[in-house]
Amino acid sequence: MRESAVYQIEKLKKEYSRRIVIDIEQLEIRAGEIFAIVGPSGAGKSSLLRLLNFLETPTAGQIFYRGQMQNGNAPLAVRREITTVFQRPVLLRGSVRENIAYGMHLRGERANGRVDELLATIGLQSLARASAVKLSGGEMQRVALARALVIEPRVLLLDEPTANLDPHNVALIEAIVREHNRARGTTIVLVTHNVFQAKRLAHRVGLMLGGRIVEVNDTAAFFDSPRDPRTAAFVRGEMVY
Amino acid sequence: MDEIFSGLAHAIQLLVSADPALMEIVILSLQVSGIALALSAIAGVPIGAALGLSRLRARGLITALLYTGMGLPPVVVGLFVYLMLSRSGPFGSLAWLFTPNAMIVAQTIIAFPLVAGLTMAAVQGVDPALRVQVRSLGATRAQEIWAVLREARVGVIAAIVAAFGGVISEVGAVMLVGGNIEGKTRVLTTAIVLNTRTGDFALALALGIILLTLAFIANVAMLQLQGKE
Repeated sequence: MRESAVYQIEKLKKEYSRRIVIDIEQLEIRAGEIFAIVGPSGAGKSSLLRLLNFLETPTAGQIFYRGQMQNGNAPLAVRREITTVFQRPVLLRGSVRENIAYGMHLRGERANGRVDELLATIGLQSLARASAVKLSGGEMQRVALARALVIEPRVLLLDEPTANLDPHNVALIEAIVREHNRARGTTIVLVTHNVFQAKRLAHRVGLMLGGRIVEVNDTAAFFDSPRDPRTAAFVRGEMVY
Repeated sequence: MDEIFSGLAHAIQLLVSADPALMEIVILSLQVSGIALALSAIAGVPIGAALGLSRLRARGLITALLYTGMGLPPVVVGLFVYLMLSRSGPFGSLAWLFTPNAMIVAQTIIAFPLVAGLTMAAVQGVDPALRVQVRSLGATRAQEIWAVLREARVGVIAAIVAAFGGVISEVGAVMLVGGNIEGKTRVLTTAIVLNTRTGDFALALALGIILLTLAFIANVAMLQLQGKE
């Protein structure tokens, strides 16, 4: 396994009610990269993220995280290095500030300057004391992102984080993700069905179809000279799904 | 009609003057229902929460039993407790029949399914995605459960308030097991029944007003709590 790999996946399978949703022969995710997984709905992208966050147990195969093989019941210390921002943000009752500090609270840490810094980053300082569950969809997703970033994860998993958001919120969230990756070297796995977003953000892109990884390549090569005809069709928007 | 108005006037006078006989009844009612509510909450909240969080196969059956319990006629509960505590019953040696203890037992049985059932519903009503989200943020199993309970807290408070409303206003059970003994087991509802029968409408109305006021205060408190969320 390469030194720089955060995840190394071998013969990974996940089944729900005997239906195979993940069937990946081999996949590597490198430290410090933004790796985008694109593909149509139902391709298994979100299921893969849940496995990478060790929220579920694989049916078969192995996931090596930083060189150590982990099953679904990864130790708490490992789980706490990874977090996910889901497509639909689920905020807790309480203020915006309390929500952002939640991960710190779980770790027995007190809210500190990082919370204020992130409130400024997401542009919600004026709403710090407002009820989080009364925010707009875009504001909620920004809070969910700040809540994930405040714990300074080694790996940030983003599951369609900007689906259904307006262009302003999309641009803001993309800028925060890009800057966080650049400044802190956080490994980011982005699941999206938006090829343009993958092109804007990712260092490498993988296409997922029917639970399988069809092709992984550097972003430029993935879009400009895809090796697999299915990738070419997907990139050109010709894939009907 | 005149009788009602003069009764109301007398009722207000009794309330304003804090009539000792009236206050004794009010205090005993609050003691009996308060203790019954506390006991049912101590047992009902954890059990309801556990049922709401569990994936037991028998959960459907337990839910049906709890919901049936929520509709238990108080007089039937009173009859059951009476039989249990009567001299020939299994707990007759306690000598609790016609004491406030018997009334507390009966009201605890009435309140428990309400607290447990509504707590379970409140916990089940929490977005299932919340558990996955907090786990993803690094929550332990205990922290995950605590997060769900915290989200359900308004529903849990509503469960306790509903149970309070149920026990403070019931008459069948406390009448049977308490016996409505003056200065010993007479509470608001049994006193209303007695005073209506004897034609003392003023006292009956005064007691009715207090009963309504207590229910009103409990509901206002619940709405205040909900408003803060």
